[in-house]
Amino acid sequence: MQRRVIFDNRALPYLLLAPQVAVTLIFFIWPAAQALWQSVHLQDAFGLRSQFVGLENFESVLSDPNYLETVKTTIIFSASVTVLSLASALGLAVMADSKIRAASAYKTLLIWPYALAPAVAAVLWMFIFNPDIGILGRALNNLGYAWDYRLNDGQALTMVILAASWKQVSYNFIFFLAGLQAIPRSVLEAASIDGAGAVRRFWTITFPLLSPTTFFLLVVNIVYAFFETFGTIHALTHGGPGKATETLIFRVYQDGVVNHDLGGSSAQSVILMVIVIALTAIQFRFVERKVHYS
Amino acid sequence: MLTRRKLAVSTAAFALAAGFTGAAHAQQKTVIEFWHGLPQPLGGQLEQVVKSFNESQDKVQVNPTFKGSYPETMQAAIAAFRAGNAPHVVQMFEVGTATMLSAGPAIKPVHQLMSETGSGLDAAAYIPAVRGYYSSKDGKMMALPFNSSTTITFYNKDAFQKAGLDPNRPPATWPEVADAARKLKAAGVTCPMTFSWPTWTQFEQVGALHDKPFASEANGFGGLNATLKINDPFFVKHLQTLIDLQKEGALRYGGRDNAADSLFPSGECAMIQASSGLRGRIVKEAKFNWGAAPLPYWPDAISSPKNSIIGGAAFWVMTSPKRTADEYKAVAAFFSHLARPEVDAKWHMDTGYVPVTLQGFELAKKEGFYDKNPGAEVPAEQLTRTATTENTMGLRLGNLPEIRNIIQEEMEKAFQGQQTAQQALDNAVKRGDTVLRNFERANKN
Repeated sequence: MQRRVIFDNRALPYLLLAPQVAVTLIFFIWPAAQALWQSVHLQDAFGLRSQFVGLENFESVLSDPNYLETVKTTIIFSASVTVLSLASALGLAVMADSKIRAASAYKTLLIWPYALAPAVAAVLWMFIFNPDIGILGRALNNLGYAWDYRLNDGQALTMVILAASWKQVSYNFIFFLAGLQAIPRSVLEAASIDGAGAVRRFWTITFPLLSPTTFFLLVVNIVYAFFETFGTIHALTHGGPGKATETLIFRVYQDGVVNHDLGGSSAQSVILMVIVIALTAIQFRFVERKVHYS
Repeated sequence: MLTRRKLAVSTAAFALAAGFTGAAHAQQKTVIEFWHGLPQPLGGQLEQVVKSFNESQDKVQVNPTFKGSYPETMQAAIAAFRAGNAPHVVQMFEVGTATMLSAGPAIKPVHQLMSETGSGLDAAAYIPAVRGYYSSKDGKMMALPFNSSTTITFYNKDAFQKAGLDPNRPPATWPEVADAARKLKAAGVTCPMTFSWPTWTQFEQVGALHDKPFASEANGFGGLNATLKINDPFFVKHLQTLIDLQKEGALRYGGRDNAADSLFPSGECAMIQASSGLRGRIVKEAKFNWGAAPLPYWPDAISSPKNSIIGGAAFWVMTSPKRTADEYKAVAAFFSHLARPEVDAKWHMDTGYVPVTLQGFELAKKEGFYDKNPGAEVPAEQLTRTATTENTMGLRLGNLPEIRNIIQEEMEKAFQGQQTAQQALDNAVKRGDTVLRNFERANKN
């Protein structure tokens, strides 16, 4: 066996790594450092006056009862979106995977919503559910059900959850379908011969074998619910009524971009960063143990 | 792949060519960058105004650029200033006034620009309610007013007829409004009344009309230490009335900002309190007879109402390290053009914004605009009907957009029945004051 160093150029490995390092530095480390720096400062909108205030921004954010309400809303919202979009995507994928006529047409149709920008998707939902201009919204009111998400907390939250989940179903569907198709038919056939019914086959074979896909999607969906649903909420409810549909990321935008409170907004970003790091760590440390990789 | 490359090459060539012509122009003309926040069709009309200025002389070239909505334009201007590359002129909505004023060295006050360049712009030519909004405490004009609007009532004459109300006598007071709304409801109108821009129409305007302070320190003109005053019994009673009307089904809350605008032209709501700028859309979309009327008032609070306050936007001059005296002179020339009565009157008649100068108003009158468009004079008359007091000059509060959102949130909770009018306004004052204190801290010198 030859044990020769093939690359004896010392600079080359660094050079090859440089692009990745540069991208990480510019697009992750630098903004994160900026957020950290701004979170301990109080600044006017134009950046003309800046003063060090220590942890005061964190203090005022964490002592704000509205912020804690927003945390609660975010948990309800993210959990609902994740569960709803994973469950319905799995259901649809199982159905599309079975041998039906025109399966490819169904698949195409199910993938469609993913191609829409969140704001466009939200506008579509508005055309359906707006109590004044929406088809279903008007119908609900005409039937005597007082539907107005602009004034009803529960209705508003339900609607943004549905809209955000609907948007994510396609993505989950693609992965679940791919996962299902990777499950060896022979195992399922053997189970059939042993007399296992469709439900039993699904829960004892299909679902465990799908666990790597499910785990991956769980992480992706939580990150989606936290960060990428901004456009949907912005276009549908602007976080209202009251603060009923305001999630953490929406409030970061609201405080930073609309209200020019860079310090408070940065403090919230830092908190959000910590939450997501913690969530991801928990998932990889505890949930991943239950995942079966073949 | 080949086509894409071709496209890239030709785009680059085009950009290069455009750059050269731009440079060639710059040798003869002073180029002024002007950022605005008006979407179509208003943005196009504004660009026409700029074009007419560019064609009126050969020394200055103003380049208008649409930068998104007002808040987005504000963001862009702030970011550009931070990068040392601010535009010469930026259009800023009225609630951004305090933020712009606190920017200190980032802006050049218009009165200073005018005296430095020796341009004969006369601040007294402007309607007091308009001038006041953009003036410093000692009455010096800080920004050039341009597209100003105010809140008025639009009402559906056909619906009034149906409900047995006199279509030529719109309700003048709040008790009359409530009465009319109930009659409309009884006649089967599903939405008797609504309002856009909830805080602007129901608190800022209502305060001005009744000479009640929205905030202390002369609505913030007196200093950064202002506190909100809207949990005063007068405002509580007003909000409680709105909540009661909503419970009865005589009023509909149409959502935040201008979300309710569409409810009137569609025929859904019979009365709306909205920006006078909605007029253009109503003319185009409404398929019924309609009228315009001044805002109602509470006769037990004031015998005859004061002037209303403005909305809309003004033009601010921004500074930059590289700016030359010639460029400021060019900006001054542009501003003098905009202040001309013909330009003002034309803009007013084309768009539905109010005339900002007294001569502009006179000119529109003389041209018979109001005879042909009954009701179009209501906003300007409402703005000019009394001398301004410290409660009717406008608002000068830091982070007013955030305060507006807070009030909207608390109002929404009250409309849902989660809290009383008193609790809603107490909460709004408490949260709003925190915003004001933070602004005070971040902006003290």
